[in-house]
Amino acid sequence: MASSSERSPPPFPESEDPEVLEAAVPDRDSDEDEADDPFLSASNTPLTRKDTPAAPASPDDSLVTSSQSEHRSASRSSEDFMDVLNISAKAALEDPADDFVDILRGGASAQRGEDDAPAEGGAADPPAAFTAPVMELRDGWSASSTQKPLVSEKIPDPLVELLGAVPAEPADIFTEEDDTMSDTRKHSVKNNGVHSAENTDIIAEATVELSLDSPRNERKKKPTPTPSLPAAASLTKPECSALEEVEEEEEDRCDISVSVTDPEKIGDGMTAYMAYKVSTETLLPMFRNKTFTVRRRFSDFLGLYEKLSDKHGPSGLIVPPPPEKSILGMTKVKVGKEDSSSADFQERRRGALERYLQRVVNHPLLLQDPDVREFLEKDELPRAVSTQALSGAGFLKMLNRATDAVSKMTIKMNESDVWFEEKLQEVESADQQFRKLHTMAESLVVHRKELSLNTAGFAKSAAMLGSAEDNTALSRALSQLAEVEDKIEQLHQDQAANDTFGFSELIADYIRLLGAVRGTFDQRMKAWQRWQDAQAMLQKKRETEAKLLWANKPDKLQLAKEEITEWEAKVTQYERDFERVSATVRKEVLRFQKEKTKNFKRQIMVYLESLLQSQQQMIKYWEAFLPEAKAIA
Amino acid sequence: MCPKCHVSARKWQRSVEIFEYRIKPLKSKVTFDFRCKNQNADEILNFLKVLESCFKIQLRSVSVDLNNDASLVIDIPDALCERDMVKFTVHTKTTLSSFQKPDFSVPRQHEDFIWLHDTLVETEEYAGLIIPPAPPKPDFESPREKMHKLGEGEASMTKEEYAKMKQELEAEYLAVFKKTVQVHEVFLQRLSSHPVLSKDRNFQIFLEYDQDLSVRRKNAKEMFGGFFKNMVKSADEVLISGIKEVDDFFEQEKTFLLDYFSKIKDSTAKAEKMTRSHKNIADDYIHISATLNAICAEDSTANKKSLEKLSDLFEKLRKVEGRVASDQELKLTELLRYYMRDIQAAKDLLYRRARALANYENSNKALDKARLKSRDIPQAEEHQQQCLQKFDRLSESAKKELTSFKGRRVMAFKKNLVEMAELEIKHAKVSLTAHPIKHTV
Repeated sequence: MASSSERSPPPFPESEDPEVLEAAVPDRDSDEDEADDPFLSASNTPLTRKDTPAAPASPDDSLVTSSQSEHRSASRSSEDFMDVLNISAKAALEDPADDFVDILRGGASAQRGEDDAPAEGGAADPPAAFTAPVMELRDGWSASSTQKPLVSEKIPDPLVELLGAVPAEPADIFTEEDDTMSDTRKHSVKNNGVHSAENTDIIAEATVELSLDSPRNERKKKPTPTPSLPAAASLTKPECSALEEVEEEEEDRCDISVSVTDPEKIGDGMTAYMAYKVSTETLLPMFRNKTFTVRRRFSDFLGLYEKLSDKHGPSGLIVPPPPEKSILGMTKVKVGKEDSSSADFQERRRGALERYLQRVVNHPLLLQDPDVREFLEKDELPRAVSTQALSGAGFLKMLNRATDAVSKMTIKMNESDVWFEEKLQEVESADQQFRKLHTMAESLVVHRKELSLNTAGFAKSAAMLGSAEDNTALSRALSQLAEVEDKIEQLHQDQAANDTFGFSELIADYIRLLGAVRGTFDQRMKAWQRWQDAQAMLQKKRETEAKLLWANKPDKLQLAKEEITEWEAKVTQYERDFERVSATVRKEVLRFQKEKTKNFKRQIMVYLESLLQSQQQMIKYWEAFLPEAKAIA
Repeated sequence: MCPKCHVSARKWQRSVEIFEYRIKPLKSKVTFDFRCKNQNADEILNFLKVLESCFKIQLRSVSVDLNNDASLVIDIPDALCERDMVKFTVHTKTTLSSFQKPDFSVPRQHEDFIWLHDTLVETEEYAGLIIPPAPPKPDFESPREKMHKLGEGEASMTKEEYAKMKQELEAEYLAVFKKTVQVHEVFLQRLSSHPVLSKDRNFQIFLEYDQDLSVRRKNAKEMFGGFFKNMVKSADEVLISGIKEVDDFFEQEKTFLLDYFSKIKDSTAKAEKMTRSHKNIADDYIHISATLNAICAEDSTANKKSLEKLSDLFEKLRKVEGRVASDQELKLTELLRYYMRDIQAAKDLLYRRARALANYENSNKALDKARLKSRDIPQAEEHQQQCLQKFDRLSESAKKELTSFKGRRVMAFKKNLVEMAELEIKHAKVSLTAHPIKHTV
C-alpha cells in the first residue's frame, strides 16, 4: 500500500465525493434501522448508537455543500465537525478515545475501511472519522486548485482552536486527537499541493486508497444482499454531486490537453509496431507535473479502452472508442512500404488517437480513472495482450461479441421511456446518415487526389508544350501556366489532406462515437433484462412457496421464504441498477450531444478556413498569371 | 437510350433555338415550348435553370480569327438531335452573286460535313492549303450512359439529390450538344472566310442545295478503303521522310509540327482528365450536400443551423466547381483539341508538299534515265517541269498558310488563356463569397 500511495497521485475529490458519501451513508442508515440489519446487530456495540443518528447527518450535508464552495462553508463544516467530535466524545463514556483512534487507524490501515469500521466498533464514529479527513482533503483540494493557499491555511486554525478549546474531561484524548487531526490536515494539504510521496500519513493514505477502490467496492457491494441499502440517498446524492462535477469540469475543460505525436515504427517484420509520443499538458494538481510525455504503442491505447469500457461501460458511460485495428494498414507499415498511402494511414490513425485521448480526458468521470492517469503518466505499461486480433483473448472477445449480438436480438424490451426510444432512433438514423456522408467524403478525397494528380499531369504537359512552342511570348505564357497548375496541384493536394483530416476523419470519429452511444443503450437494455430476469425468478420462488404452503411442508417453507427475501432484494437492487444506468445514459447522451455540437462546429470552422484559404491562394495564382496571358503577342 | 431522351432531345433543340436567337423574346418562346409539352411547373423550373446555365456557356470559345467578311455569313441557328443523328440547319446570308438568293437555310447532317471535307481534301488545287479539320462526330454516349446509370441508381438517392444530378447531367448533355453544333459551325465559317475555299463549288452546293444531299454513310468497303488509304499514307510518309529537304523553313516547320502535335495531344488528354476530375468533385459535392441536408432534417439540436449552412456551402461550391469544369473544358480542352486537329491538317499539308517534292525528284530521275536512254526526253522534261511547278506552287502557298496559321494559333491561345484565367478568378471569388465565414485578405 505504501508503494501504491507513493505512485498513485493525490486524492481526486470529484470522484471520491460520491463514493465517500455512499460509504458513509449506508453506515448512517444502518444505524437508523439497525434492528433489521442482521449484519450490524451481530457486532453489536451499544455504546453510541442512541446519540449518533443526528450527528453524522450534519457533516454529510456540509460535505456536499463544501464541495461547491470554499472557505466559509469549510469553516462551518469544521464547526460541525467539532460538534460531532464533541457529541461523540461525550457519548463515548467508557473508552471512546481508544475506539476512535482505533477506527481511524483501522480505517487507515487497510482498504477494509468501510467494511471493517462498523463491525469493529462504534457504529456512530466511522462516519465522522471518515468524513473528517475527507472533508479536510476536500478543503485542501479546493484551496490548492483555486490557487488560494490562504484558505487552506485558514482552515486549520479555527479548527485547532476549537479543538483545543473543548473543555472536556477527556482532554488528553482530544489533544492527541488534535495532533493527529492537524497532522492529517497538513499532510493532506501538502499531498494535494506538492504530492509528497514520502510523508505517509495514514489517514490521507486511507482516503486515497478508499477512493481508488471505491468504484470496485461499490460494485462488489451491490450484488450482495443489503436490504437496507438507502434507496433515496444513494440514488439522488451521487447524482447531484455528479452533476456538480460536470459543471465544475466544464470550467476546467482547458486545464488538460493531450497530444499524440511522432508515430514511429519499432522493430521489423511482422513483430513491428507503431509507437506514439503522448504528451500531456495540464494545470490539474492531480498530476505530478505540468507537462509530461510517455511513449505508448497502439495496443496500449486499445488496452486503455478495454479497461475503461469494462469498468464504466456497464454503468452507462459513453466510453470514447479508439480507432479500429487495421490489419491491412498495419501490414503495409510492417512491410515497410514508404508510400503515400501508409503515411496517410499513419496520420489518420495518429489524429484519431489524439482525438480519442482528448475525449477521454475531457470526460469528467473518466479522467478520474486511475488507468487513465497511469496511461498518461507511467513510464512503462504492462503490455495489453487482449487487444491482439489473432490472440486467444481476441477470439474470446469475438465470441463474447457474438453472444452479445445474439442476446441483443433476442431481448425484446418494451420501452417505458419515450425519451430513450426517440434517442435510440435518432442515434441510429444519424449513424446511418453519417456513414453515408463518410462514404461521400471518402470519395471526395479520392477525387480530389485524382484531380491533384491530373493537374500535375497537365502541368507537366503544359510545360512540354511551352518548350515546343516557337512563339516566345506564348511559350513563356504556357510555361507560366504550367507553373500555376503546379501550384494549384499542391493546393489540391493540401485540400485533399484537409478533406481527409478535417472532414472525413471527423465524420469517422462520430460514427465511432455513435457506436459507443448505442453501446450505452445496450448496456441499459442489459440492466433491464437482468431486472426482468430477477423478477421472473422471484415470481417462480413465490409460486414454489405457495405450493409448499399448500403441501404443508414447513421445513422447506423457511428456506423458500429466505429465498424470496433474497430475490426480492435482488429485484430491488437490479431495478435500482437499471434506473441508475438509465439516468447515467440520459446524462451521457445529453453531454454527448452538447459536446458534439460544439466540437462539430469548431472542426467545421477549421475545415472551412482551409477551403477558404485555398480559394484565396487560387485567386492569387491566377491573378499572377493573367498579365502573362495578356502579354502574348 | 432512355425513353425520356427523345423528349429531352426536342427540348434541347428548342433551347438551342432560343439560345441562338437571343434577340427573340425569350419568354414567349419558352411558354410556347411548354404549352406544347404541357409540362408541370417543376420541370419548367428545372428546364429554365438548365437554360440559364447554358446561357452562361459562351458559345464561341474556339477563336479561329476569321476575317469579318460580310459577303458570306454562315451560322447554324438550329440543330435537332434525334437518337444518334443530329440535323443541323445551316443558315447562309450572302451578297455574293454566285448564290441565287441572299438568305437561305438548308438541313444538313454530320455526314454531309464529312463529305464536304473529304472532297476538299481530295481536290488537287487545294493541296497547298490547310484544309480546315472536319468536325468530330457528335458523341452523346458519355452523358447518355451517365443518365442511364443515374436512372439505375435512383433508388439509393434522395429525391433532391437525384434531381440535382439529373440537372447536372442535362446541363452536360446540353453542353456537349452545343459544342457539337459549334464545331460544325466553325468548320463552315473557316471555309467561308478562306479566300480560296469560299469559292469552292462543292461548298456552295453544300450551302445552297435545298434538298437532302443524300450522302450515303460510308459502307464497310469504303471504311476499309479509308483505313487502307491511311495506312498507305503513313507508310508513304515514312518513305519520303528520307528525302532531303530543300527549304529550311519547311524542315523547321516539320520538326516543330511533329513535336508540337505529340505535345498538344498529350496536353489535351491531360486537360480532359483534369476537367473530368473537377466534374467528379462537383458530383461529390452534390451528394455531400444532400446527405447533410438529410442529417439536418433529423437533427433538432443546435447543430442544425451549422449543418444547414454547411450543406448550403457545398451546394454553392458544387455550382462553382461545375462552372470551373465547364469553363476549363471550353476554354482549355476545346482549344487544345481544336488545334490538335488543326495541326493534323497542317501536317497533312506538309505531307502533300513532301509528296510533291518526292514526285519532282522522281521525275528528275526519270528525266535523267530518259536522257541516258535518249528516249521520251520531251515527255520526261515536261513531266519534270510540271512537278517542279506544282511543288513550287505548293511550297509557296503552304508557306503562306503556315505563317498565317501560326499567327492564328497564337491569337487563339492568347484569347482563351486570358479568358480562362479571368473565369478562374471569377469562380474562386464566387466561392469565397459563398463561405459563411467571410475573410478579408
